[in-house]
Amino acid sequence: MTADLSTRREVATVRPLVGPASPQRLQRIAVLGAGHVGPVIARASITAGYPVSIAASGDPENIALITRVLVPGAEPGWAADAVQNSDIVVLAIPLHKFATFDASLVAGKIVVDAMNYWPPIDGVQELFEDRQFGSSEIVAQRLAGSTIVKTLNQIGYHDLEDERRPVGSPDRLALGVAGDDTGAVDVVSGVIERIGYDAVRLDSLRAGRVLEPGGPVFGASLRRTEFEAALEAALRADTQWVSPAPPSPTTLQTGDLT
Amino acid sequence: MTTTRSAEASDPAGGVAGFPLVLGLDTFGDLSGDENGRPQSHAQTIRNVVEEGVLADQVGVDFFGIGEHHTDDFPMPAADVVLSAIAARTTRIRLGSAVTVLSSDDPVRVFQRYSTLDAISGGRAEVILGRGSSIESFPLFGYDLADYEDLFEEKTALFAELLKGGPVTWQGKTRASLSNQEVVPHTESGPFPTWIGVGGSPQSVVRAARLGFSLMLAIIGGSPARFAPFSQLYQQALEQLGRDPLPVGVHSPGHLAPTDEQAREEFWPRWLELIRRVSKTRGFAIPTKESFAYETGPHGALYVGSPETVAQKIAANLTALGATRFDLKYGMPELPHHALMTNIELYGTQVIPRVREFLAQQAIPASGV
Repeated sequence: MTADLSTRREVATVRPLVGPASPQRLQRIAVLGAGHVGPVIARASITAGYPVSIAASGDPENIALITRVLVPGAEPGWAADAVQNSDIVVLAIPLHKFATFDASLVAGKIVVDAMNYWPPIDGVQELFEDRQFGSSEIVAQRLAGSTIVKTLNQIGYHDLEDERRPVGSPDRLALGVAGDDTGAVDVVSGVIERIGYDAVRLDSLRAGRVLEPGGPVFGASLRRTEFEAALEAALRADTQWVSPAPPSPTTLQTGDLT
Repeated sequence: MTTTRSAEASDPAGGVAGFPLVLGLDTFGDLSGDENGRPQSHAQTIRNVVEEGVLADQVGVDFFGIGEHHTDDFPMPAADVVLSAIAARTTRIRLGSAVTVLSSDDPVRVFQRYSTLDAISGGRAEVILGRGSSIESFPLFGYDLADYEDLFEEKTALFAELLKGGPVTWQGKTRASLSNQEVVPHTESGPFPTWIGVGGSPQSVVRAARLGFSLMLAIIGGSPARFAPFSQLYQQALEQLGRDPLPVGVHSPGHLAPTDEQAREEFWPRWLELIRRVSKTRGFAIPTKESFAYETGPHGALYVGSPETVAQKIAANLTALGATRFDLKYGMPELPHHALMTNIELYGTQVIPRVREFLAQQAIPASGV
């Protein structure tokens, strides 16, 4: 695990830049989900120059107005059409709907898993209760025909747009990008960099568990060096990120802020 | 559009879009502290909230809202009972929930409780429906959080039917069916105002428009201006549905004291402690002095400061969001009652007149035709 971390750091420091004059065609992104998160990711992607389609579970007509007002420039579509024409699919559906999500819909695609398993907020879901596996590992098991990359889960949807900064800004924040397929991690890291964050690569979905709720970087606004230090400190201090033992269940004791 | 605007601008209450400007206060029944900041009992906290509601009426606050909660920090599960006590001692202020967690309640009972409040208060009841970001009522009443959307969709639709006032026929999965059912008490003067509180879900915005409920934007962090597209989405959805425009409101937390420094000093330690406690389960970043300074500054979501600072910020954000209502969520767990009474007095006697002044000034150029 320590070895993994050092590898990741090397790779991460080698390619920080995606220049504005990048000659290659930008990938087409399909965002699945038009709730809290989907439109924000779609909007940030459009601003970064990507062609974007957005789809919810049904008729695109249902999200036409939301798309026009909140994500101008995106194309609302049926999920199947949006996915078929895309290079990258962003999965931003409520996790409890994932149990009935049709795996064949995204077969052969790079799928960004922006979802979280967060029982105190969204309830307990049997499919994700096996704590030997991270939620993205379980997603990858179910979507066996797709290449899963975990990112965008660790930053609040409220913050995703506010916190974007150009390459080289001293206050540019980092986001973890985890996956088993190096090529896919590179592709998605390019998107993250272009949206406005430093991508810190993690070389497996297993390692990506460190990005989950309760982990050291979840909901924290960290610059690259701070982000990497937090990951290292977490690994040193707590073996839960390397051990398969299930963490103790989080107790529910919340006050409300809304 | 031009003619409507002119009419708005001449509204002496300083409202836009034809709606009167409403400036209210919300509480979650934050656990009271004594003079030394030690926590007081739940019972004392509830009695304090009644006094706070009465004072709000006396100092000219338009609305007093109580948010349903079920925790030691916020021992406030029966907002309607507390509102009734306030209703019996006031004559002017409007009273409502902020919010009612409808998904884990029965819409028929909610309607009955608030139409009873409407009767006691002589037509001053309102309801804001929502989830808040609180979820403790789900396990408490035996609901599954995974059913949240279905519960909210069905129950808001039933609530809209109940508000119409006639016998109700309804069928769904979340409660027993109703067949031509009279639901009492009838309200005296038609449906009471009902809002949907929205934190970040565009579908909730569209749902509010579809059901004919007003929109309350709950903004608890980051730049309030970021919510402007939600306000546009709401008005465009109303238009597309062929409905008349409805008001948009904003709910945000804050705290007032005579000076900016005092307000921040009183609020900051309690805010830090509260967020620290909930950060692990809610994913909120733990605030730093730096982030707090941003949130209390002109571009953040916290209205903490002197009356002048807070009034300027309210006026600016109402304008940016096309909103005509602002509800300040005052208090924090363990802030002493006297600090809250000061907060309420400053809000009523200084902030409200100042916001009206700012907005009336802004309205002048718009009506200059």
